[in-house]
Amino acid sequence: MNRLDQTFSALKAQNKAAFIAYVMAGDPDAGTTLAMMKGLADKGADVIELGLPFTDPMADGPTIQGAALRALASGMSVKGVLKLVEDFRQTHPDTPVVAMGYANPIFIYGFDAFAKDAARVGIDGLICVDIPPEEDEDLRTALESTGLSLIRLATPTTDEARLPRVVANTSGFVYYVSTTGVTGAKTGESQAVNEAVARVKAACDLPVAVGFGVKTSERARDIAQSADAVVVGSAIVEALHTGGVDQALHLAADLAQAAHSARG
Amino acid sequence: MSQDPRPNRLSAQPDAQGRFGPYGGRFVAETLMPNILALEAAYNAAKADPAFMAEYEGFMRDYVGKPSALYFAERITEAFGGAKIWFKRDELNHTGSHKINNCLGQVLLAKRMGKTRIIAETGAGQHGVATATVAARFNLPCTVFMGATDVERQKPNVFRMKLLGAEVIPVTSGTGTLKDAMNEALRDWVTYPEETFYVIGTVAGPHPYPQMVRDFQSVIGREARQQMLDQAGRLPDAAVACIGGGSNAMGLFHPFLEDEDVRLIGVEAAGEGIETGKHAASLSGGKPGILHGNRTYLLQNEDGQITDAHSISAGLDYPGIGPEHAYLHDIGRAEYRSATDAEALEMFQLCARQEGIIPALEPAHALARVKDLAKELGPEGVILMNMCGRGDKDVFSVAEALGVKL
Repeated sequence: MNRLDQTFSALKAQNKAAFIAYVMAGDPDAGTTLAMMKGLADKGADVIELGLPFTDPMADGPTIQGAALRALASGMSVKGVLKLVEDFRQTHPDTPVVAMGYANPIFIYGFDAFAKDAARVGIDGLICVDIPPEEDEDLRTALESTGLSLIRLATPTTDEARLPRVVANTSGFVYYVSTTGVTGAKTGESQAVNEAVARVKAACDLPVAVGFGVKTSERARDIAQSADAVVVGSAIVEALHTGGVDQALHLAADLAQAAHSARG
Repeated sequence: MSQDPRPNRLSAQPDAQGRFGPYGGRFVAETLMPNILALEAAYNAAKADPAFMAEYEGFMRDYVGKPSALYFAERITEAFGGAKIWFKRDELNHTGSHKINNCLGQVLLAKRMGKTRIIAETGAGQHGVATATVAARFNLPCTVFMGATDVERQKPNVFRMKLLGAEVIPVTSGTGTLKDAMNEALRDWVTYPEETFYVIGTVAGPHPYPQMVRDFQSVIGREARQQMLDQAGRLPDAAVACIGGGSNAMGLFHPFLEDEDVRLIGVEAAGEGIETGKHAASLSGGKPGILHGNRTYLLQNEDGQITDAHSISAGLDYPGIGPEHAYLHDIGRAEYRSATDAEALEMFQLCARQEGIIPALEPAHALARVKDLAKELGPEGVILMNMCGRGDKDVFSVAEALGVKL
């Protein structure tokens, strides 16, 4: 069983939702990101989502756009992301790490090369925002060959006819985007999110994570009632940018606590 | 857009997945995928509907001013001292460029689909002005995203769009140019997918845009092909057009794809020179990648990060190119060359003095390569160039580049 499946099944046994914490690789430098990854894992993040910076992040709001530009200014690259995870694994062999980014840097690195190198350093899965199911065969084949999960996104516009196709070849978990919009915007209404989670769960056996616009412990607790995982990105990135590692980890600890205790 | 009766393989592209060989496709976020598929279905239904096409053609005639003239540029022919040069006068269209051919089609489609707001990106502002114009005519609210840098250098067009009732949103993210305007338009679309119709201005983006924009722009080549036969008594040896994203070039080229004796020549913006790295020539100076919904040639660094385009012409200042051009380049059906800022400036002035036509800076790039080609082909040769826009919008930036105070 891989790290993602292990993590989700262990939490399920305890009737707990997972807390997935996002950090942008290289924002503002690799050293800070490594400290963040370790700190997040130690403060209760069950999965680390590691952002691959891109110049043109079409699905991201201003917070993560800014983080990507700072990361690129510090020299972060796909190679740099691989090195970060390699270093993280020295101290944290068990916490799953999922990379999240856009198609072009991975395409240029090479899908096969990325799948091979990512597996070697201990990356567990990939979320690629701008490769929909219609276009992901090459990437999926590459990732499957080295045992990585391709985590697909379902959204409020993914209708009943389309949902089975979206979840068909996804593995690890399904990432439900809670609202139409970019990262860091408003979350969807609680009831709509709950219904959507139920709909996705009915369509597959995978854990369902909910993200995009989750900023507070209250909201995290709310979502953790129905979802298998809560993803927080922009709020952590913003806390890191304005208050440094300590403040970001303080927020993460609260969010982890909220997600884990939601059903208790 | 009647179907071409000649059986032709090249012009039957793209395939059902929106691919031109390995290029094109639909690389968008899942939120937009259902929208893209709905758009494709609606477009296919519309173009097969005689009522829709009749409405489009009616407005093209009475509102846009089609057909545009084909003009023998006698004095430039003399000045270049070689092949005969003909201009397709798409700068005479309403709003002053070829852009409206496409905007009219897409806005009519938006109405047919019941969409209630229009968004667009713009670089030089020509596509923004054309979109705002048609949106005003059909009473649809219009929001235009424009890089903050371009808002500064294209002030007259910004004012025009506002006069036409559009909201112009300066985009400060990234480098504040056309690619960032497109990112921001995609972010808006992903936020309001149900009610919004995104009018993309060039033959790029996710399928069906490269095909749909090409189809609407193909009026250029269809008219010009017939006019060449009628007025010059033959097809040209070469058809030449400038290329940013490539919409006027694709519109000119497409009806000639199966005419094997007609060379198709696209002219990219070489900025300060390809070797300086400050250019917008995706084919000459880029490599294949994935951006803005399609796989195509892009300006990028070794890590797959998109690099900035540079051109004196804001309309060519884009780090990518339409996927059909990428394919025609690879298979050798079209040739792609480039022209520098300095060459475009020279041709801008020459065309004004020789022909009494102030061209936009974009087709001034094409004219620079027409000059070489005229010599290459000699007096027996015939060249067709698309004059895709007029230069009124550029007089301020040209004055500045020439050190003239207005």
